[in-house]
Amino acid sequence: MLDFLARVGRVFLSFLAAAGRLALFALRALSHCLRPPFYLRLVGRQMIDIGYYSLPVVGLTALFTGVVLALQTNTGFSRFSAEGAVATVVVLSVTRELGPVIASLMVAGRIGAAMAAEIGTMRVTDQIDALSTLSTNPFKYLVVPRLVAGTIAVPALVLVADIIGVFGGFLVATYKLGFNPAGYLGQTADYLRSDDVISGLIKAAVFGFIIALMGCYHGYHSRGGAEGVGTATTYAVVSASILILLFDSALTSVLF
Amino acid sequence: MAAASKIAVRGLKKSFGRKIVLDGIDLDVGERESLVVIGGSGSGKSVLVKCILGLIEPDGGSIAVGGREAIGIPSREREKLMQKFGMLFQGSALFDSLSVWENVAFGLIQGRGTERARAKEIALQKLGAVGLGPEVGELRPSELSGGMQKRVALARAIAAEPEIIIFDEPTTGLDPIMADVINDLIVKCVRELGATAISITHDMVSAHKIADRIAMIYKGRIIWAGRKEEIDRSGNPYVDQFIHGRAEGPIKMEVRAL
Ligand SMILES: Nc1ncnc2c1ncn2[C@@H]1O[C@H](COP(=O)(O)OP(=O)(O)OP(=O)(O)O)[C@@H](O)[C@H]1O
Ligand SMILES: [Mg+2]
Repeated sequence: MLDFLARVGRVFLSFLAAAGRLALFALRALSHCLRPPFYLRLVGRQMIDIGYYSLPVVGLTALFTGVVLALQTNTGFSRFSAEGAVATVVVLSVTRELGPVIASLMVAGRIGAAMAAEIGTMRVTDQIDALSTLSTNPFKYLVVPRLVAGTIAVPALVLVADIIGVFGGFLVATYKLGFNPAGYLGQTADYLRSDDVISGLIKAAVFGFIIALMGCYHGYHSRGGAEGVGTATTYAVVSASILILLFDSALTSVLF
Repeated sequence: MAAASKIAVRGLKKSFGRKIVLDGIDLDVGERESLVVIGGSGSGKSVLVKCILGLIEPDGGSIAVGGREAIGIPSREREKLMQKFGMLFQGSALFDSLSVWENVAFGLIQGRGTERARAKEIALQKLGAVGLGPEVGELRPSELSGGMQKRVALARAIAAEPEIIIFDEPTTGLDPIMADVINDLIVKCVRELGATAISITHDMVSAHKIADRIAMIYKGRIIWAGRKEEIDRSGNPYVDQFIHGRAEGPIKMEVRAL
């Protein structure tokens, strides 16, 4: 019994220690965000990586999300003759919830993993130490550009995903479910408020920060050769995905 | 000696978990002196130089660079101090996202704000000095052989003409002729550029060529240090065994028969 309690205590303590280390890492990164030198070129390159090259994957998932959402909502709502609300449900779900979450989860798999692998490899091959010996702060050079790019590029990506998702719903509604195109679009526009979109984009910015933070954190602290880099990559994706869902519920209850 | 020390290490200690790697290292490197550190594989030579560079935080002791304590200084001062250093890592540690010349020019462009075109010129000149032509400059590090990578890393270490240069096994993995070219280059850095050098090597021929002084590390301590002419009559059985590469002697390799 005592043994069990001790074990639970140890797990809890090591969890707290890990959370503390992560918080310190984030604070250190943020403080470096505010002090020069700034590597704008690196921010630009990361933005292209995160925003532009994720477009196909995120666009496809958004399209199918919109399609499925329209079909399912129609099935449910037609049972009490509320088909008129399908367009509204689709646009609200996509902008407020599904766009940010699904796009971010895709980006976490694509970008979080790549960041952890790249920075992790740099760590285990001494490249991060080499940066310091060349008078370059690894935080400023590696971590800050990724955090900044993640925070800016993911909302931009989500905005595109929102549009594609709504478009997917529109397509299936008009071609398959027999909605009137003009009527569907009118429904979509009438009930959409700007804070629906904005609350989704705020979420997306937080998620983008989380993805980059987890990628950098796990990469930066990886050790033990190729195996260590592999572990770091896994941790980066898993922890980013969990944190995205966690923060999603927290933010939703704050931003309603 | 102590008064003119460029680098003075006192009582330096470092353990990883229960494993004691450095157990009270005392070491002096004079201004414009070339010190070679020798010692068995796994004896803590790389850890020692990483402590001097501030890349590994030691558990105890002091390291003074140019008369000023270097342990525990704020990161901004550390960055400034790093401008004095050049380092060749044992595993080369080239940035694989950059081309070869960008690697060599990295310290010039990022660290000192040299203009790109000028930095490239210097980089190609340094590459020439380690026997690599300008066409190599456009390649990626992954397209080079191990020995070529080592030479690029060497060019990167000396590109900004730092005051203190640390070479971790500069000639390992090179053919004997190229190794000698690199030895000459290191000697030239010290003689002509007035740098202070710390080199780690297992190769006694190259140690004799590079060194003003030699120090031997064993079991976490410096067991012998002196001018290179004296090493052959050090009277220290450990040193004798090491420089003659004998399996028999006071240093026992922990191996079991097949
Ligand atoms: N980051 C680390 N974590 C744990 N142990 C380490 C770490 N770095 C070095 N060590 C241990 O410290 C000891 C000394 O390592 P070091 O790399 O300094 O050896 P070395 O003298 O440079 O050897 P070689 O000549 O083979 O390069 C080794 O036993 C190694 O296992
Ligand atoms: Mg070593």
